[in-house]
Amino acid sequence: MNAKRTDFIATVVIDLIVASVVGILFFLLAYILTAGLPHVSWSFLTGATDAFSGAGGIGVQLFNSFYLLVLTMLISVPISLGAGIYLAEYAKDNWRTSLIRSAIEVLSSLPSVVVGLFGFLLFVVKFKIGFSVISGSIALTFFNLPLLTRNIEESLSAVSRSQREAGLSLGLSKWKTELGIILPVALPGIVTGIVLSAGRVFGEAAALIYTAGQSAPVTNFADWNPMDPASPLNPFRPAETLAVHIWKVNTEGLASNAAALSAAASAVLIIAVLLFNLGARLLGNYLYRRVTASK
Amino acid sequence: MEQTNSQLKNQDTKSHEWDTRLHHATKATHEDWIGRGISYFCIGIIILVVASMLWFITSKGIATFTQNHVSLWKFLSGTNWAPDQGQIGALPMILGSFAVTFAAAIVATPFALGTAIFMTEISPNRGRKFLQPVIELLVGIPSVVYGFIGLAVIVPFMRHVVGGSGFGIISATFVLFVMVLPTITSMTVDSLRAVPRFYKEASLALGATRWQTVSRVILRSATSGILTAIIFGMARAFGEALAVQMVIGNAAIMPKNLISPASTLTSQLTTGIGDTIDGTLPNNALWSLALILLLMSLFFNALVRFIAKRGQLKHER
Amino acid sequence: MLKQYSFEETAVQTFDDKTSLAMRTEDMQVFYGSNHAMFDANLAFPKNQITALIGASGSGKSTYLRSLNRMNDGIATVTGKIWYHGVNINEPGVNIYEIRRHIGMVFQRPNPFAKSIRENIVYALRANGVKKKAELEERIEQSLKGAALWDEVKDSLDKSALSLSGGQQQRLCIARSIAMAPDVLLLDEPCSALDPISTVKVEETLLELQKKYSIIIVTHNMQQASRISSQCAFFHLGHIMEYAPTGTMFSNPQIPVTQDYIAGSFG
Repeated sequence: MNAKRTDFIATVVIDLIVASVVGILFFLLAYILTAGLPHVSWSFLTGATDAFSGAGGIGVQLFNSFYLLVLTMLISVPISLGAGIYLAEYAKDNWRTSLIRSAIEVLSSLPSVVVGLFGFLLFVVKFKIGFSVISGSIALTFFNLPLLTRNIEESLSAVSRSQREAGLSLGLSKWKTELGIILPVALPGIVTGIVLSAGRVFGEAAALIYTAGQSAPVTNFADWNPMDPASPLNPFRPAETLAVHIWKVNTEGLASNAAALSAAASAVLIIAVLLFNLGARLLGNYLYRRVTASK
Repeated sequence: MEQTNSQLKNQDTKSHEWDTRLHHATKATHEDWIGRGISYFCIGIIILVVASMLWFITSKGIATFTQNHVSLWKFLSGTNWAPDQGQIGALPMILGSFAVTFAAAIVATPFALGTAIFMTEISPNRGRKFLQPVIELLVGIPSVVYGFIGLAVIVPFMRHVVGGSGFGIISATFVLFVMVLPTITSMTVDSLRAVPRFYKEASLALGATRWQTVSRVILRSATSGILTAIIFGMARAFGEALAVQMVIGNAAIMPKNLISPASTLTSQLTTGIGDTIDGTLPNNALWSLALILLLMSLFFNALVRFIAKRGQLKHER
Repeated sequence: MLKQYSFEETAVQTFDDKTSLAMRTEDMQVFYGSNHAMFDANLAFPKNQITALIGASGSGKSTYLRSLNRMNDGIATVTGKIWYHGVNINEPGVNIYEIRRHIGMVFQRPNPFAKSIRENIVYALRANGVKKKAELEERIEQSLKGAALWDEVKDSLDKSALSLSGGQQQRLCIARSIAMAPDVLLLDEPCSALDPISTVKVEETLLELQKKYSIIIVTHNMQQASRISSQCAFFHLGHIMEYAPTGTMFSNPQIPVTQDYIAGSFG
């Protein structure tokens, strides 16, 4: 009887815990969306920020977030792909490989603020590039590489050995087999991983505060020459992103409506991240169907 | 002539044409060299990044002791943090970091365990369909958003309930609790799922209730996995910068209680590093804080490996 | 309990006329780490015949087969000599990719690429420099006809190879191999995952193919070996015990271990 009673109580407690966890998520989402969405308008999404108070729109920040994201992915995807192929195909089972794996693990467990500080030290202090798009996207690359590499390695290794043997037995090189035969099969997993990591990169702020900087100089969106200082594409201009903007408005901002501003910016950020998550699922499923099913 | 011919037949006919054909490098050989080169180069970049990161932060972090001749003991035990006056006691930040980390882990663990048990033992179906996405969404929310909600909701709430400014360790704990919850939960779920089914079936067949089975059989055999999950959560809490910095108040003083402004290693770093000049004592002192963060991250990493190894040994026995 | 047989008592035929051989191995040993899996393998394979390698599972026949086109590279250590066109191809300086082009392989489980039927055949050809569309089309048709698959798929070459049945997939793998115009074809239990009807089709295909290729097939199905092969080698625990023309082997095995295996005492 006693055991049954304990069992009942435990079940009730666990149900309560689960309810509260779900409740927390719903509260978070509901709070952000109700507090933020009413302030989101077209002019907010595209408008310029008041450099002093931080009030105004988030147009430049939004652009910066996407620009940094694209640059980061352009740098980190090829490197992770090469590294993932190394681990899945070339790495032998010896001490050197386990050292490499530990190094990747260490990199993935470093706090992002440490990664950001390293980027600051390297690009801003040592190379004197200054707070810039390029410094920021390389710092984000450091932050992104270990997870993406592991994801790519896992996706490649999950492809059956027999596919590799088929390629090799036809006289294809290891490299050609990996790129032409294995990669297409592993693509759904890899793409899902890339899009999910894009969500992470999009919301990251700590690694950017001292690399991409905390200011968003007014850019001339009619000027698409990357060499011009005023061009939005110029990789050497400082670029405050949306996530950094939220932090900045909250900690140093002098805007009278800081709370409403950051709620609105947070809502935009959350929606973007949700879209990335959703996109990762849909795209992954779509590619999976294309790879496996008959056309 | 007849003789040589039959001798030839007994040898393997050495064909010059085949000899060159089978030894000649082809397109495939070159591809493999190139592929090997590219993938070794990529992995080399990652190794270089990790190595230089460790090297730069270490060399910057020890400058306080080697160039400014601050004693390591004073740095670790000093309670007064005023780098521009040469006072660099880092204990308030160290204590702050450990306090929020442990507090968050202690609060989050029962919630994570409960959710994980629900997802694996009570209702795996609803767990997969409904709770899995909930956990993934909680992971996906950026830390600045957590910080903002902490600032907009938790800090005023604390101010209202316990008075004071509302900034402090307890607010940081609440924010970190929500942030580490999904980490601990999803890893605990993995380790509970890894418990062999027949353990559970054997226990239930002996007449044990579900809770007895969970608490005495399943949780026990998943202990090392759960510990690993908690450590990962703690590592995340220890390294989290912005969300904590936004709600803890950033006062570099010894934390007297849970509701007055305090600071952590990360919060001090984010607020301070931009305002100091490279090479000066205040700047070096901040790098020393970064070094502590780095070392702690390595320590958490080593701890996870140690537990994994011990868990393996136990299973082998 | 398995009876102990002497590994000294073997009956392995040799061929005097080496020019009639497609390939042969001399004192080949295979090691998986420190585990010695293949002992002193001396076998010679006549051109344009089907040679069957039989034996119980774990007898080393697949290990042996995979060593012939260096598919064991990186998995096992293979020592000894493998003669092919007068060249020892078990040497470091040898271009393994070129070897595999000439010595094709078909595996136990059908493993078509996750691509269209057409791409399955054309992919490796293109990688090897065959670019002309007319020639590629020609090779597709010839190889699919060679593997007795053409009539079934000629109207759906752009369909995914994964939509084919198991037997069709295996014949596609054979077609993919012969499209490379190899001169030796290695098959590792190609019918073990197939139904009887598909098996018959694959066997008919092989009988037809031996006119152009030298075929070495691993099988644990003795009926299959007797149906299709001209030569037959019996493997036992990593040793080659007996090698003889198939008819002789099944009607008049020379040594006790082969007699017992063929009589069905173990295996």
